[in-house]
Amino acid sequence: MSEDLGLWAVPIAMLGGAIRVSTPFLFVSLGECLTERSGRINLGLEGTLVFGAMAGYAIAFETGSPWVGVLAAAIAGAVFGLFHGWICRFRGVNDIAMGIALMLLGIGLAFFFGKSYVQPIAPDLPAIPFGWWSDIPQVQAALQINALFVVGVVLAFAMAWFFKNAALGLRIRVVGDSTEAARAIGVNPDGIRLWSTAAGGALAGIGGAYLSLYYPGSWNEGISSGQGLMAVALVIFARWNPVMCLAAALLFGAAGAIGPALQTVGVTSGYYLFFAAPYVLTLALLILTSTPGKAQEGAPGELSITK
Amino acid sequence: MDSTATRVPTLPGLAIWLPRLEAVAIPVAALIAGLAVFSLFLLALGNSPIEFFSLVFKAAFGTAFSWKNTLSRVAPLLFAGLCVALPARLGLVVIGGEGAIALGGLAAAVTGVWLASLPGVVGLPAMAFAAMAVGGLWIGLVGLLRIKRGVNETIASLLMAYIAIALMNHLVEGMFRDPASLNKPSTAPLADALRVGNMPIGIEVHWGFGVGTIACVLCWVLTDRTTIGFAARIAGDNVRAAQVQGLPVAKLIVGFTTLGGAMAGLAGFFEVAAIHGSANASLVVGYGYTGILVAFLARHNPLAIIPVAILLAGFEASSGLIQRRMDLPDATILVMQGIVFVMLLLSETLYGRIKFFRPELWEDPR
Amino acid sequence: MTRISRRTLLASTGAVAATSLLPQTALAADELTVGFIYVGPKDDFGYNQAHAEGAAAVKAMDGVKVVEEENVPETVDVQSSMESMINFDGVKLLFPTSFGYFDPHILDIAPKHEGVRFQHAAGLWSADKHPTNVGSYFGYIGMGQYLNGITAGHATKTKKIGFVAAKPIPQVLLNINSFLLGARQVDPEITCQVIFTGEWSLAVKEAEATNALADQGCDVITCHVDGPKVVMETAAARDALICGYHANQSPLAPEKYLTGAEWNWAGVYTGMVKTAMEGGTIDNFVRGGLADGFIKMSPLGPAVSDAARKQYDATKAKIMAGGFAAIKGPLKDNAGNVIAAAGQSFVEDDIALESMDYLVEGVIGSTS
Repeated sequence: MSEDLGLWAVPIAMLGGAIRVSTPFLFVSLGECLTERSGRINLGLEGTLVFGAMAGYAIAFETGSPWVGVLAAAIAGAVFGLFHGWICRFRGVNDIAMGIALMLLGIGLAFFFGKSYVQPIAPDLPAIPFGWWSDIPQVQAALQINALFVVGVVLAFAMAWFFKNAALGLRIRVVGDSTEAARAIGVNPDGIRLWSTAAGGALAGIGGAYLSLYYPGSWNEGISSGQGLMAVALVIFARWNPVMCLAAALLFGAAGAIGPALQTVGVTSGYYLFFAAPYVLTLALLILTSTPGKAQEGAPGELSITK
Repeated sequence: MDSTATRVPTLPGLAIWLPRLEAVAIPVAALIAGLAVFSLFLLALGNSPIEFFSLVFKAAFGTAFSWKNTLSRVAPLLFAGLCVALPARLGLVVIGGEGAIALGGLAAAVTGVWLASLPGVVGLPAMAFAAMAVGGLWIGLVGLLRIKRGVNETIASLLMAYIAIALMNHLVEGMFRDPASLNKPSTAPLADALRVGNMPIGIEVHWGFGVGTIACVLCWVLTDRTTIGFAARIAGDNVRAAQVQGLPVAKLIVGFTTLGGAMAGLAGFFEVAAIHGSANASLVVGYGYTGILVAFLARHNPLAIIPVAILLAGFEASSGLIQRRMDLPDATILVMQGIVFVMLLLSETLYGRIKFFRPELWEDPR
Repeated sequence: MTRISRRTLLASTGAVAATSLLPQTALAADELTVGFIYVGPKDDFGYNQAHAEGAAAVKAMDGVKVVEEENVPETVDVQSSMESMINFDGVKLLFPTSFGYFDPHILDIAPKHEGVRFQHAAGLWSADKHPTNVGSYFGYIGMGQYLNGITAGHATKTKKIGFVAAKPIPQVLLNINSFLLGARQVDPEITCQVIFTGEWSLAVKEAEATNALADQGCDVITCHVDGPKVVMETAAARDALICGYHANQSPLAPEKYLTGAEWNWAGVYTGMVKTAMEGGTIDNFVRGGLADGFIKMSPLGPAVSDAARKQYDATKAKIMAGGFAAIKGPLKDNAGNVIAAAGQSFVEDDIALESMDYLVEGVIGSTS
C-alpha cells in the first residue's frame, strides 16, 4: 500500500495537481491566445467551457464514447466561437461586452439543457499510466496522465511554431497587429478573425469536456469555478505566447494542489489563504515580470482590451 | 463612441432631440427583438411565450410586491456597475469588483462591531466610510500597479478578487468570527441602530437603492459634466494625446479606480447593514461579475446604469415564478438574459446608421 | 433535554395544540400549498437532493400542492423567493432548507407573515428569541457517520481514513468526530485525516482534496459537502473505499461503496404536512435520529466483511434502542483538552452537540 512520504507529499501533490488541474486552463488559454493573436478578444470562453462540459458529457452518455463527447464539445465550442466572430464583425459592436453576454448565454444554455444529464453516469476518458517506472503509489497516481493533457502540451509548442513559421500563423499575427496592414498585403482580416475565434471556441469546448469527462469527471452546475475566465486572463499573463500559456496553466494547477496537500502534512490552519496560492503566485510573478510603461508588451495591436 | 456632442445642429431642436430619441429607440427595439428571439426558443421547446412574459411582468413589475422584489435587488448592481464603468472611462477593463464588495462588506461589519455603542448617525457613516476606504484601496491598488509596474488591470483585478475573497473568508472564519454563529460562520451581529432601514416610498426597499441611484447621478456629473471627466475621456481615447496635453493621466487612473472600488465597497456595506446584519460568505454571490455586464450594457454611462440594473433585477426577480408556474429550470432566465443582451449589444451597430435619426442627412445633396 | 421525535410529533397532532403557547397558524384549508427552497440544484446527489426527495413524497399526498425553487442564494434572493411563494402561490407552509437561510432571512420575513409557517432544517429555534411561526428540525446524522466509521474501521488497511469537509461548523465537526469514533470502535489506532475545502460546493477543490487524502494513504473516504458525487467518484478512482453522505451514492461506485448516512426526509415532511392539513400544530423544535426515521443507512455494499456487518448490526440495534452516545468519556480533543471525563457522555439528542467546536483525538486537522 501507499507509504508515508512526509513533506515530500507536497511536491508530489503539486506535480499531480499540475497535470490534473491544468488541462482546462491550458486548452482555454491556448484557444484564447489564438483568438487574441488575430486581434479579437473572447471573454465568453467561460460560457463555452461550461457548455462544452455539458455537451461533452451528454453526448458521451448518449453514444457511450467519451471521445465522441470530446468531439461534440469541440463542435459546440466552435459554434459559439463562430457566432462571436461573426457578430463582432459589425461596426460598433464591442467584443469585450459581447463576450460577457455570450458567457451568460453559454452558461444558461448549458444549465438549461444539462438538467437531465446531472444524474446519468457517462463513460470517462481513459488515463495513461506514465508512472509505471515508480514503486511509489503516490507518484504512480500523480502520473496518471490523460491523453488530452499530452495533446495540449504538444499543441502549445505546435502553436508557438505555427505563429513563428507557418504562413497562416504569420497572417493571423499581421491581422492581429494591424487591420490596415493586413488589407494592404491582401489578407482578409474578417475571415481570419472569424476562423481564429471559431478555433479558439473549439479548444475551450475541449477544455470543458476534460472537466466533465475526466477530472473531476462529472457534469453538474458547479463543475467550473471560473476556470474559463481565469484562463482568458492568463493569456495576458503569458504575453500571448502559447508556451507561456502552458507554463501558466501548469503553475496554476500546481499551486492549486498546495492547499489540500498542506493540510495532510499538518499545516491545518489558514487554509483559505493557502487555497489562494495560485492567485497570489500569479499576481506576484505578474508584478515582478512587468515593466513600467510597458503594460501591453507583446499585445496584438488590434486587441480591444489592451488598446 | 458617443458622437452626439459633435453633431452639427443644422436643424435646431430636431438635431438635439433626434439623437436622444435614437438613444432610446434603438435599445428598446433591441430589447423587443431579443424577447422575440427568446420566444422562438420557448416555442421550439413547446412553451407559451405569452404565458412566460406575462409571468415575468407579473413577478417583476406587476404588483407592489413585484416592485419590491425587483428594486431590492438593484442596489448591488448599481454599485458594482459603477466599479466597472468608472475605470472604463479611462479605457481600463476592471473585472474584479467582487473582491472589493467582499472586503468592503467585511470592513463595514468589523467597524460596526467596533462602534457598536455609537448611534446610527455616527456609526453608519463610519461603516460606509470604512467600506469605501477598503474597497477603494483594493481597486485603487489595481490602478497603481498599472501605473507603477505596468501590470495589466484586467488580470490583476481578477486575481485580486480571488485573493480578497480568500482573505474575507479567512477573517470571517477566524479572527472576526462570532462564536455564536454556529452553522453559518459570520462576524458578530450589528446593533439595531447600525442597520440600514427602508426608504419611505411605500414599498420595502432599503436605502441602498436610493443611495446607489444618487451615486450614479453624481458619477455621471463627474464623468460627463466636469473637466475631470472630460480629461478622463481624452485619456481613455488616447493616452499619448492626453499626456501631450499635460493631463495627469496617472492621477486620473488612480482616482477613477479608487472611486470605482469605493462604489463596490458601498455595495458590500449595504449588503451587510441592510440585508445580512453581519459579514459572511454570502457577500460573494457574483454581484461583481453581474456589474461587468451592467456597465457594458450601459456603455459605461453612469446614468444608463440605473435602467439597466432595474431591468436585470426584474429578470432575476421573475426567475422563481417561472420555475414554479411553468416548471422550467432556473437557467431559463439566464438564457433569456443572454439572448436579450446579445441583441442589445448587437444593436450598437445601428447608431448613426438610421437615416431617420440624422436630420443632417435628410436633404441628400446627391 | 426532552427527546422530541417524529413519533411524539405525530402523536401530538391536534391534541397538543390547545396546550401549546403557539398561535394557531390556521393551516387547515381545502388544499395546502407547500413551498420548498433549495440552495443548490435539487439533483446534486447530496443535501439538496435529499430534501427534494422529501418534497417529492409530499407532492404525492392528496390535497397538497408543492412549489419548488432551486439554486437560491442565501441573500435577498431567498427573502424574495419566500415572499413570492407566499404572495403569488398562497404558500402556507415553507421549507427553506439551507443552513444559511435561517438567520437573518427567515427571521426577518417570518414576523411579516403570521399566517405562514416557516420550517427550517438545522436551525436552533429558541422560544425566547425567535418568532413562533418558525420551527426548526434536524436529524442526528452523526450517528450515521458513526456507523459509516464502523464499516470503515473494518475495511481500512492503512489505519488511516479520510474526510473531505466544507467548513468547520458544528454539524460537520460532529460528523467527522463520529466517523473516527466509529472506526475506533474497531481499532483505537485508526486516525482520520480531514481536509476542509472552505466551500459547500466546489467540484475541482473537492477532487483535489480527495486526491490529497489518497496520497496520504487514506483508504476509506467520506465527506460532508453539499454534493458528494465528485468526492465519491474521485476516491473510487484512487481505489479507496467510500462511505456515502446525504443521499445514496452507491450507484456511482457500487463495488467500493461500504454504506452511507442518508437523510430520510420523506417521512418527516409528509408527517409535518399532514399535521398542518389537519389543523394541528407542528412543534417548533423537532429532532430525530435513526429510530425516528429521520435518517437511514444505505444498504451495506459487497466490500463489507462479515465481522464488520456483525458489529455494524449490533451497534445499529443499540442506536435504535435509544440513549446511545458516540461522544463519551474518557475523551480528549486533538489539542489535548478534555471533552468528556470518564463516565460522562453526550447522548445523540444532547443539544450541546449542536454547538460542537472541537475535533477529537485522532482527527488530523484543525477547526480554524
